[in-house]
Amino acid sequence: MKEAGVKAWLPSLLRLVLVVLLIAFVTNPGWFEPLLKPLTENNAPAIYNQGSLLTLTLLHLRTVLIATVAATIVAVALAILVTRPAGVEFLPLSRSLVNIGQTFPPVAVLALAVPAVGFGEKPTLIALFLYGLLPIFENALTGLTTLPANVVEAARGAGMTGWQRLVKIELPLSAPIILGGIRLSVVISLATATIGSTVAARTLGEVIIAGLLSNNLAFVLQGGLIVAALAVLIYDGLSAIERYTARRMGQETA
Amino acid sequence: MTIRFDKLGVVIAAIVSYAAFAAPFATFRANRIVPGEARSILDALPAAAGPLLLAIVVGAALIALLKTPLILRLAASVVALAALALLIGVSGSFLTPEGNTFARISPASGFWLLIFAFTLLLADVLTRLNLSPWARVGVLVVAAAAIGLLLVSGSWNSLSILKEYANRADSFWAEGSKHVTLALGSLAAAVISGLPLGILCHRVEKLRAGVLNVLNIIQTIPSIALFGLLIAPLGWVATHVPGAAALGIRGIGTAPAFVALFLYSLLPVVANTVVGLAGVPRAANDAARGMGMTDRQRLFGVEFPLAFPVILTGIRIVLVQNIGLATIAALIGGGGFGVFVFQGVGQTAMDLVLLGAVPTVAMAFAAAIILDAVIEMTSTRRREAQPA
Repeated sequence: MKEAGVKAWLPSLLRLVLVVLLIAFVTNPGWFEPLLKPLTENNAPAIYNQGSLLTLTLLHLRTVLIATVAATIVAVALAILVTRPAGVEFLPLSRSLVNIGQTFPPVAVLALAVPAVGFGEKPTLIALFLYGLLPIFENALTGLTTLPANVVEAARGAGMTGWQRLVKIELPLSAPIILGGIRLSVVISLATATIGSTVAARTLGEVIIAGLLSNNLAFVLQGGLIVAALAVLIYDGLSAIERYTARRMGQETA
Repeated sequence: MTIRFDKLGVVIAAIVSYAAFAAPFATFRANRIVPGEARSILDALPAAAGPLLLAIVVGAALIALLKTPLILRLAASVVALAALALLIGVSGSFLTPEGNTFARISPASGFWLLIFAFTLLLADVLTRLNLSPWARVGVLVVAAAAIGLLLVSGSWNSLSILKEYANRADSFWAEGSKHVTLALGSLAAAVISGLPLGILCHRVEKLRAGVLNVLNIIQTIPSIALFGLLIAPLGWVATHVPGAAALGIRGIGTAPAFVALFLYSLLPVVANTVVGLAGVPRAANDAARGMGMTDRQRLFGVEFPLAFPVILTGIRIVLVQNIGLATIAALIGGGGFGVFVFQGVGQTAMDLVLLGAVPTVAMAFAAAIILDAVIEMTSTRRREAQPA
């Protein structure tokens, strides 16, 4: 029994420690200088000195947030469209397109977007948007096409219109699956956004690339660890929301 | 008889009419860096070819717009794509001034949109035809052969991307083989070590959560950081382990890229092996045990074949992902097609970016189609075999 108790709160404790460490690191990186100093050579700076880590972290998160919100709106709208009677013709094609789209490497999307929109944040947003669309669309499609038939029938029998069924039944019921897609998309985007710095977007990738160029391992490590910590925490947070909505849906339909 | 419209056809016709009449077909640049001048279809092609292409494109769009038999739609999309592919080459030679080696002709947005529209039509037809796995691979082979023929025949030689290629033919193939070695080699390493690890995780429940969690966390480390972080340990190995340097292990270059790709590949392989083995029906296992099969016989004779399609799905994910990720190896001197992409971004020479990006996308695409077909074949065979 005791062991089970430890197991139950240990993950929460680890998460809390991670949050505290992350906040401390981005706001006061100087505290951690002694830890990173052994990784540098020739007395190079151990903490990124060409911009504030906090600003870069916030910019990184902002880029991911904008791209994910846009991708969610478009992907869910598309999934709704192809699951309505009027759009059902597009369903098989949209499935194959999603499959094809996933084979495009993010670096290629990023580099090809540059001539169209120039350097900076825009090509990164386009790449993240396109890349984020796919998992959300796929999950929304799964959610909307695998609803329990009796529930949908009951709603139809109760005289609900198509719109009412969509808003009150279909979307809430598929919300957990759609959230799962968003979670996947966010984690991919967090890592992919670092590549955006190769086309001059201001993200945490800047720190990593500066480290690669000046052969400074401390920079590579701090940039990579911040992104990884953000990804782990956001993944956990979204999983919790997902479980919460799934539980609520379970109660409401029961 | 009433005329009925195809819904996708409306979208295709809209794209085609914009692309053919309002967007530029080709871009002319006096050299590879300066901004280009746009040329429409009629300006970019010799006297007879321009109207011919317009007629083909409009005709194919009309076939797409109306409700027409699948075979007609297939023919329309193939004819339109073939005409576009041939005539963009013609446009390249037509627009290049005699004896000028600096001028660059590249396909412009109109061309790409037309290609997109008719590929959409083709994809729709192929989806609706519900082709067998073999037939899909066949379509891929035919398409690859057609593109190969166009490349070998030299009809695209006047286009900018091939001029970039002509300047770098040797390094193109060298980087290409490095790219393939990185992607396939790391996949092979991941399969060789991931399968036993997956089996172990399946058998020993205590290990499962721990191993999968560690692999999950590795996935969250951004690729460029992981590539960079491996420089130091591998550099240390190279200088301290006798013989390691002779094997080509170095802090910078292919070795850290290989290890990074390997680490990313482990999760899909291990996770899918675990899921696949867990999905083996209990009855099959019990029957095998009842027949007196040993653990090892059961693993190779029963569990493994049944879990194979799921494991293959993991391998497909890894292969497509690795082909894309290998482009990033260029950032740490690991070579691959990424070299051209990043050089091109640095010089703002988009043709050079394309020279790196197009083969990468093509390889990933082909790998996805082939492995999807293999997965479908193995899982149908399994389904047929099960009732027996």
